[in-house]
Amino acid sequence: MTFIPPELLPAAPEIFVLTMACVILVIDVCLNDEDKTTTHWLCQGALLGGLILTWMTGGSGERITFNGHFVRDAMADVLKVGIFLAGSGALIFARDYLRMRKLVRGEYFVLTVFAVLGMMVMVSAGSFLSVYLGLELLSLSLYALVAFNRDSAVSTEAAMKYFVLGALASGMLLYGISMMYGATGSIDLRTVGNAVLAEGNKSLIMVFGIAFLVVGLGFKFGAVPFHMWVPDVYQGAPTSVTLLIGSAPKIAAFALVMRVLVEGASGLQADWQQMLLVLAVLSIALGNVVAIAQTNIKRMLAYSTISHVGFVFLGIASGSPDGYASSMFYVLTYVLSTVAVFGVIILCGKERDVENISDLKGLNDRSPWMAFLMLILMMSMAGIPFLVGFYAKFAVLQSLVNEGFVGVALFAVLLSVIGAFYYLRVVKVMYFDKGDGDEVHIELASDTKVVASVTALAVLFLGVYPSALMALCVATVR
Amino acid sequence: MGFERFLFYFFSIVLVLSALRVITVRNPVHAVLFLVLCFFTSSALWLLLQAEFLAIALVLVYVGAVMVLFLFVVMMLDVNVTPLREGFIKNAPLGLAIAVVIVIEMFLVIASSKSGGVALSSVVGPVEQGANFSNTKELGGVLYTLYAYPFELAATVLLVAIVAAIALTMRRRNGVKYVDPAKQVVISREGRVRLVNIPVAGDKSEG
Repeated sequence: MTFIPPELLPAAPEIFVLTMACVILVIDVCLNDEDKTTTHWLCQGALLGGLILTWMTGGSGERITFNGHFVRDAMADVLKVGIFLAGSGALIFARDYLRMRKLVRGEYFVLTVFAVLGMMVMVSAGSFLSVYLGLELLSLSLYALVAFNRDSAVSTEAAMKYFVLGALASGMLLYGISMMYGATGSIDLRTVGNAVLAEGNKSLIMVFGIAFLVVGLGFKFGAVPFHMWVPDVYQGAPTSVTLLIGSAPKIAAFALVMRVLVEGASGLQADWQQMLLVLAVLSIALGNVVAIAQTNIKRMLAYSTISHVGFVFLGIASGSPDGYASSMFYVLTYVLSTVAVFGVIILCGKERDVENISDLKGLNDRSPWMAFLMLILMMSMAGIPFLVGFYAKFAVLQSLVNEGFVGVALFAVLLSVIGAFYYLRVVKVMYFDKGDGDEVHIELASDTKVVASVTALAVLFLGVYPSALMALCVATVR
Repeated sequence: MGFERFLFYFFSIVLVLSALRVITVRNPVHAVLFLVLCFFTSSALWLLLQAEFLAIALVLVYVGAVMVLFLFVVMMLDVNVTPLREGFIKNAPLGLAIAVVIVIEMFLVIASSKSGGVALSSVVGPVEQGANFSNTKELGGVLYTLYAYPFELAATVLLVAIVAAIALTMRRRNGVKYVDPAKQVVISREGRVRLVNIPVAGDKSEG
């Protein structure tokens, strides 16, 4: 057998990030406990380097290397840039958060970089094997990060739940993959896709496989009825970890659905379309309704995530390129606002976390700027016009109506109106309730304040000028 | 063929019986030992299938490493199994019902060849190879060429597992009174003994 060495250039960002992660791991051992923030800056450097490499080596059509296990295309590039930015935001807020709680340890930052690497692998996956390995790399890093504050019983419990349910989800996914392998004889997504197209929906075992794949993906996304872990993990994890879990992995999960269902199983679109629609409608309904009853702000945002995931699924379920593009737009902008929301929450609490919505009482008197940023973000998530959340919802609903799902679109609109209540309640608490006087006084480190402001203002900006990003999404998904 | 078939049934019966004993035996140490027997007989089954690499890996990794670790853990933890068994009779019907449903479902998927399932008779076995055909060499060749990327990723997953385990369990305890031999060796007289002049009240009587 002659072996042709694979082309390494398309995978340059992954190779760079992995190498840097290993190097940083060694450097971190030699550092004193006092200068662990050096590790943070090194990790930021690794992500920045990955970003630059993605930029430099990207943009020349679809390239497949490593015998089909790795795909580099325009969609992967755009999503990777999103992941790098979200990961970098997660790192910078984590630094302040950990420093205030005296938890700064180098492993935290390195594990974040490994999580980012896992997401990159998922985004560029060309076979079921790399899909699974990327997912495990991401999940394993996240389990450890959730449990990072090991003296906290709540964190440990959240990590255990996340671990057990995550393992169950991986099992489901693997079961589905093994059925697809059994039916098609290949783990390469393109070969599987062609085989599925050829056999159509005649094969019972393929439909079974798709059902398991959708269950696994639903678990990882946190869609109803596989959402049970989301509120507990969001609440139990350190807020900086919640920021990470709520942001970048959503991009990777979107890529996973695109790779596995749209590329790998387009022949069974009629089947997974129905499943995704059911998941989406349930998620939007349950997420919006249950969030109203929450008093804990992280739990409330967890249910809000569930409803947003429903919208992402709606876009994919519409089954048209426009729908995929609108979903991609939705995911990218949702991740942007999540980073900003949790960033502001981290900045508003010092040694003590902002746990309950009532902790934000009178935020306007204490820090008008933070209250204003939170106002923008809440309005955007609620979907109020001229903010990006409105446009994202609008694009998804438009593609749904174009494909003839008018009833579903109406249902989603109605529930979004119900959902607007709990976002606006946060605004009311910030602006119209008087503080008790025992809240923390907010003083901000300058760089995190700048990052929070820039991300929140980007939400405002993209709401007014969404066309450039939307055009990018449309161009890359085709 | 006849002897091979006899071996297959022999190992299969031992495998199933020892697997049953793993969950029915009272003593956890015995359960672990039955599990070792389980792995051992299944590796014999791999050998019958001419998959010698998998057989050896199973013995080396599972029997040699994992199960020994398991034994240590079981012996050190001194698990009390009685409370674990309390709900057994109560939960058994539910568990059995689920097991029956799963068996029926599997049967439906595999046996319903008319509705698109896989007919077992239509599955062809792998090509027969000669006695000097090396499984290990083939696996190695594929692993380091075609599957180099997943292989590296798996290595990264293991690295993350190590980092995570250390980050979560290693703690530097303060106030532990253990002795550092290196410091003991380099100690000098000045570091240990301090001569202090203490004026004594009744000093004049001696002078």
